[in-house]
Amino acid sequence: MDAEPFASGRSWVHRVDARLRIIAALVYSVILAVSNEFATLMPGLIISVLLTLMARLDAIAVSKRLLTILGFIALIWVMLPLTYNGDSYIQLGPLAISAEGVGLSARISLKTMAISMSFMALIATMSTATLGHALSRLGVSQRLVILLLMTYRYLFVLENEYHRLRRAARVRGFKPGTDLHTYRTYAYLVGMLFIRAAQRAERVYQAMRCRGFKGRFFTIADFPASPNNFMFSLLMAIFAAGLILMEFNW
Amino acid sequence: MHISEGVLSAPVLISGAILAAGGTAIGLKQLDYEKIARVGILSSAFFIAALIHVNIGPSSVHLVLNGLIGLMLGWSVFPAILTALVLQALFFQFGGITTLGINTFNLALPPLLCYFMFRKLLWRRKHVGLAAAFLCGFLSVFLSAILVGASLIFTEKNFWETASILVAANFPVMVIDGIITGFCVGFIQKVHPSLLPGYNP
Repeated sequence: MDAEPFASGRSWVHRVDARLRIIAALVYSVILAVSNEFATLMPGLIISVLLTLMARLDAIAVSKRLLTILGFIALIWVMLPLTYNGDSYIQLGPLAISAEGVGLSARISLKTMAISMSFMALIATMSTATLGHALSRLGVSQRLVILLLMTYRYLFVLENEYHRLRRAARVRGFKPGTDLHTYRTYAYLVGMLFIRAAQRAERVYQAMRCRGFKGRFFTIADFPASPNNFMFSLLMAIFAAGLILMEFNW
Repeated sequence: MHISEGVLSAPVLISGAILAAGGTAIGLKQLDYEKIARVGILSSAFFIAALIHVNIGPSSVHLVLNGLIGLMLGWSVFPAILTALVLQALFFQFGGITTLGINTFNLALPPLLCYFMFRKLLWRRKHVGLAAAFLCGFLSVFLSAILVGASLIFTEKNFWETASILVAANFPVMVIDGIITGFCVGFIQKVHPSLLPGYNP
């Protein structure tokens, strides 16, 4: 699992206070999500592309991630133009293509790409550990933050565990097919994965108790002030205001 | 089974966020510090298990297993699925900030309902228990698909056909998830029964 390809960059966006980036990403994606005008969505996509460029994200990695979302978008493009009950149609051989259906599909595609790219540029540029610490500083429930960090911490351990079980099955001659035997094998494998997770949790909790865990997770990460933060906030505020003005046709 | 960013309308996104926040708040309230390590590590296992691809003929589907994790966690399924979705957004760009609420709700409510429906039945005679576990896996995915479809239709009534296709296309996943959950619960009952609700030795 190549989990965090964008987290280790060295652009100025990476150096902006993580809390500011979380707030900016939240505001920016909410604005895009509720917008409906092409006059908002087109500039929105351009801004998002600009953000990924400023964060100096690897273009290939960004496109790969966009491709994974496109499955759903493709379904919409196949379905909506043919099934939309609108007023205007374009006759294309035997098919009646609804103009409104095409318009809606185009709007959804623009929104999806713009919001996802802003997420990559603003949130995926921090490690999950930083995200947890920043959320904690922003006042998100302590329990939820611990849960997030804990899940992240043991993800890779359990991935290894899964590969080990998988290898053991293969060594015994297991070849997956479409039959009950295969499904039963997978079920036992998953069951074993959960059981080992539970047993590990027991040991982890005991270790936490030994170290005096009382429900607080101390984060010594600090987020120093820098001119980058000011520049970033100003830029995002201008973008957000611009998009809102566009949406209201000014 | 996520809806990507930018598809749903504001009312649907907001209702989803409020409902998910409510469920998560209850889940967190019940999640005392004794359980937090367990729920966290079981969520990691759920995240990994949901990446497994299972063959169906020439094609393959990936497991969801929200029914199984629901049985083990009860109300904590809300924060667990929320966490898993945050990590999926970070790692694979499935879903994102604005859809986090509605996706959490769509995936976490069905397993919670199944938890209350089936937790007692699991420990009945062998075949009843097996059937209950199968239904728990099957219905969790089925109802999640229905909720995803409903979210689309509430956004725009012209999504009706798209939503129907989406539910129909997920039918094989429901069956496979049901079978795997059935066998898996049977296995856990033999090996580590205290993981499941309603176990008294």
